[in-house]
Amino acid sequence: MIAYIVRRLLSTVPVMFIVAVCVFLLLHLAPGDPAAIMAGDNATPQNIAQIRQKLGLDEPLWRQFGTWMFSLASGDLGESMFWRTSVTTLIGQRAEPTISLAITTIIFAVVIAITLGVVAAWKAGTGIDRFVMGFAVMGFSVPVFVVGYLLIYCFAIWLRWLPVQGYTPIEEGLGPWLRNLVLPTITLGLVYVALIARITRATMLDVLAEDYMRTARAKGVATAPMLLKHALKNAAVPIVTVIGIGVALLIGGVVITETVFNIPGIGRLVVDAIQRRDYPIIQGVIMVFSGIYVLVNLLVDLSYTFFDPRIRY
Amino acid sequence: MATTLEPIAVGAKQSPLFKFVRRNPTIVLGTSLLVFMTLVAIAAPYIAGDPLFQAPVNRLRAPDAQNWFGTDHLGRDVFARTVHGTRISLIVGITVATISVSIGLVIGLVAGYFRRVDGIVMRFMDGLMAIPGILLAIALVALTGASLFTVVVAIVIPEIPRVVRLVRSVVLMAREQPYVDAAISGGSRSVKIIRRHILPNTFAPLIVQATFICASAILVEASLSFLGAGIPPQTPTWGNMIAQSRLNLQRAPWTIFFPGAGLAMVVLAVNLLGDGLRDRLDPRIARRM
Repeated sequence: MIAYIVRRLLSTVPVMFIVAVCVFLLLHLAPGDPAAIMAGDNATPQNIAQIRQKLGLDEPLWRQFGTWMFSLASGDLGESMFWRTSVTTLIGQRAEPTISLAITTIIFAVVIAITLGVVAAWKAGTGIDRFVMGFAVMGFSVPVFVVGYLLIYCFAIWLRWLPVQGYTPIEEGLGPWLRNLVLPTITLGLVYVALIARITRATMLDVLAEDYMRTARAKGVATAPMLLKHALKNAAVPIVTVIGIGVALLIGGVVITETVFNIPGIGRLVVDAIQRRDYPIIQGVIMVFSGIYVLVNLLVDLSYTFFDPRIRY
Repeated sequence: MATTLEPIAVGAKQSPLFKFVRRNPTIVLGTSLLVFMTLVAIAAPYIAGDPLFQAPVNRLRAPDAQNWFGTDHLGRDVFARTVHGTRISLIVGITVATISVSIGLVIGLVAGYFRRVDGIVMRFMDGLMAIPGILLAIALVALTGASLFTVVVAIVIPEIPRVVRLVRSVVLMAREQPYVDAAISGGSRSVKIIRRHILPNTFAPLIVQATFICASAILVEASLSFLGAGIPPQTPTWGNMIAQSRLNLQRAPWTIFFPGAGLAMVVLAVNLLGDGLRDRLDPRIARRM
């Protein structure tokens, strides 16, 4: 098992290498001159040349690629044009709010979605089932920022139950931290709930049709243990897979949610970088988020043995 | 989907149209909504006023008989802007779906049929899949400057790997069919085998995939505009409208509500159509999802 984990960890290296190649090629072969865009509208040719030199854009492509790969391998994501600090430091400073939001969202979404999916499959064909599936289609269709503003309008402006926006660090107390995270969590989690609820319902329907489920019912297992122990555990592998794939949705959503709720996290860092044309930040954050995606999906793969001991490595 | 449990038609004397509506409520609902939105997009200049006309005296007016959806912070008519916003969303959705399906189809056919290139192509697709789509699109738009063209390209690139994977899996299955072996031993050229025997298998799943790409493209375009990395801000798109009105949420919620409702309606229509088509075209998956 440990040998397998090590092997899988090593196998992420080539994937990340290809991610780096893709990011490099796409951003360097794209038309447009990043130096000119960064310099702004009233820059002199000297300014542009200076920036180009500073970013190493005047060097041949293969050497730029080599330099970039070398610094990536040593954990260096370059230096921000605006802040004049290393991108790794900036990401570190902004990590807490984003990690908090990610954790609350995943917990919220997984708990709600699996409950909805299990109930929908159990009551398949009834009004509850239709409601859950209708809710899932809505969740896929309403954009994250529209959900966010609707929630702010309802619960913060109109009912005044929760703060409109902002973030309180966790050191200042669990209560204030959580109060600020409630609306962003629901906003970001909605698509994720829709995605997971759908796959949960689908796999549960398959499992509920199995012979051993009929046996369980016949020998008189109570409903809750039957659904959870017998059915849900057997349906877990596809569900966990989708939870992993869905992290991509979360990453896109984090950027938007942090903008809507004015949360000073990594997503805000990127959005501010767009306005300032701070190109190394955008590139660095893409690499970090891609790495997180790859790692989460590795964890998902490893979790299969836990849910289904027949899968051995 | 709820529609998978359709009741068996009881009455014997039902018109074919009625039967179709009854059996495929999501397809019919989605299509009708889409046709309606398309008509709105085409007729925009005739049913709504100038979306760019500013009347600072009338700023942030609540909806009334003159401005059905109210006015924004520059006194622009929200109804005119919402109606015109339909255009960009539909254009982006349809172009992105068409282009990414076409490119993905070619790459997928090649990767699935010619095994030698498969490894390299698929590793690249895996890498591209790991990059968060919205972030990649943001970077591309920020780098090349905002325009409709850049936005479309930036949304197409992250969608391609999904199509390639789908097409490749279909090709791999089709290759094993006896009729393909027969064609190979009959001496047909590869191009002909792909075109005559393999390509048709990809159509049904691709149509379904295209609708979902269309829905996601509309959402991503709106998100890019919202984040300030999309279509230039003077163009009335739903994302731009919401981005420019965010500070007026408390005073003038209608400036955000109407473009938001437009977005939700279009994406919902496309998703309903996609779900319905999937139920019809791929009964194997239909039972599950």
